[in-house]
Amino acid sequence: LSVPQVVWSMLGNRQFCSYKMTTKTQNFCRNEYNLTGLCNRSSCPLANSQYATVREEKGRCYLYMKTIERAAFPRRLWERVLLSKNYEKALEEIDENLIYWPRFIRHKCKQRFTKITQYLIRIRKLTLKRQRKLVPLRRKIERRENRREEKALIAAQLDNAIEKELLERLKQDTYGDIYNFPIHAFDKALQQQDAESESESDAEREEDDEDDEDVDKREFVEAEDSELSDFEDMDKLETSSEEEQEEEEEGEKKASHSKSKGKTPLKGPARRKRPYIEIEYEEETEPSTKTKAA
Amino acid sequence: ERVLFPPTFSVSEIKNKQRRHFMFQRWKQQQRKEKLALKKKRKKEREALGDKAPPKAVPKTIENQRVYDETTVDPNDEEVAFDEATDEFAPYFNRQTVPKILITTSDRPRGRTVRFCEQLATVIPNSHVYYRRGLALKRIIPQCIARDFTDLIVINEDRKIPNGLVLSHLPDGPTAHFRMSSVRLRKEIKRKGKEPTEHVPEVILNNFTTRLGHSIGRMFAALFPHDPQFIGRQVATFHNQRDYIFFRFHRYIFKSEKKVGIQELGPRFTLKLRSLQKGTFDSKFGEYEWIHKRREMDTSRRKFHL
Repeated sequence: LSVPQVVWSMLGNRQFCSYKMTTKTQNFCRNEYNLTGLCNRSSCPLANSQYATVREEKGRCYLYMKTIERAAFPRRLWERVLLSKNYEKALEEIDENLIYWPRFIRHKCKQRFTKITQYLIRIRKLTLKRQRKLVPLRRKIERRENRREEKALIAAQLDNAIEKELLERLKQDTYGDIYNFPIHAFDKALQQQDAESESESDAEREEDDEDDEDVDKREFVEAEDSELSDFEDMDKLETSSEEEQEEEEEGEKKASHSKSKGKTPLKGPARRKRPYIEIEYEEETEPSTKTKAA
Repeated sequence: ERVLFPPTFSVSEIKNKQRRHFMFQRWKQQQRKEKLALKKKRKKEREALGDKAPPKAVPKTIENQRVYDETTVDPNDEEVAFDEATDEFAPYFNRQTVPKILITTSDRPRGRTVRFCEQLATVIPNSHVYYRRGLALKRIIPQCIARDFTDLIVINEDRKIPNGLVLSHLPDGPTAHFRMSSVRLRKEIKRKGKEPTEHVPEVILNNFTTRLGHSIGRMFAALFPHDPQFIGRQVATFHNQRDYIFFRFHRYIFKSEKKVGIQELGPRFTLKLRSLQKGTFDSKFGEYEWIHKRREMDTSRRKFHL
């Protein structure tokens, strides 16, 4: 009864082997000298008195061999042979060293050597490419930054700040003549009165109003009808109402996006001068308003 | 002649938890009552004095207590104005160049990052998204310059969420590296409006006070075309508060002269500046104008750099 057989009958199935790892489908061997990595009768380095492996260290491959003669000397048990860097030459060397050894070990050694050279090539290729630098996060610092960000957000009061800035810009006239507010127009008119004579300023104001209203119509008000407006220049409006409505339809598609968006949360834009007409019905009521205006 | 104090007890010495809790609550209520009484008294005194009352005390905030930064920009500073007239953004501010932006990511971007890039491209006019596919930045940059791009944005991704932003002004301009946090895509924003249109938005830059903040602000401004289309009524805001830059994209509407309504559309994110480099992106040999050094710069809670 040979020692390896005894060893295997103990370690293999019955008793405890510290290198053995069991999973649902397979058993693995964690021994560093194992050739295949599986726990088998033929792959166990402890249960075979004649065994060989290929291992790599710092990019160079070595062939390790174990024979019966040295079984009594654990220090000299494994014999190490450096394999050449040339792939074919190394295969020949393996063959040379393992001549007259079992076919299984020879074959598996060469397979393992091939695999090792392949992954070494891959390592060398990858190091040439860009590498991701992993920077460890420090938990305390991350928490601190998040907390500070929250507090800064609260302190910023973004909505208020943006609204204030927009109103400032409105006051400083960066938007020019697009928006027409009563007080705004009145102030402008006052300034103009100071500078020029009254009649001229009136005419300018009327023109301004008309221009603004035209633009206003295209921007804000889709269901346009001029019957109930309280303008001084209603005559001009009536004659031009048809044109405006045609322009409206063209401008509707483009402007309707922005208008409807502005309307849904804000419940309608500035409708200071016109009666309130619901937007959802604009398409249906338009022909009727047209007839009314006409 | 020893003074004898009556034997007091403190709430913390009671061993029974329930009773201790009860006594503590009672003590707290008492404190609150006293505080309220004090407030009322003060208010009464104030009213009694009427006009002669001393002005109300302004509460201390971190912004009030901010450590004075010597690089704060004075609006009338000539030196700053001269610098700005001659730095890399001068051609933009003189309307000689039109911004054209290239947005890209780090390798192999995942869902959120891809969608974020697309949304960012809708927000910034004249911008293009290109996938990275393992190209080295150093080789992308000369190609971009050849094709007339003015800015390059690289969004760095980690575990499927964007967490970093590199903004580089291309013809040899400064490169800023930010840490990006709380990214919200359009569908995660509540009460949002419809998609941003193609109009050129206005830009609001708030609170960029120091020299460093000024240059960063100019970098952001250089992303957008100079003439906003007011018809679109869209505004992009970069608001700096305590070194955190909040980006928001809104649509506004003037309800009256004193009232404006804003509606958020578009993505939102916050940035924190990590480093500012003088030339284009070069991590090894670049000349850094400013790096955030935690040990030195994070020592005071009231000191901010932007």
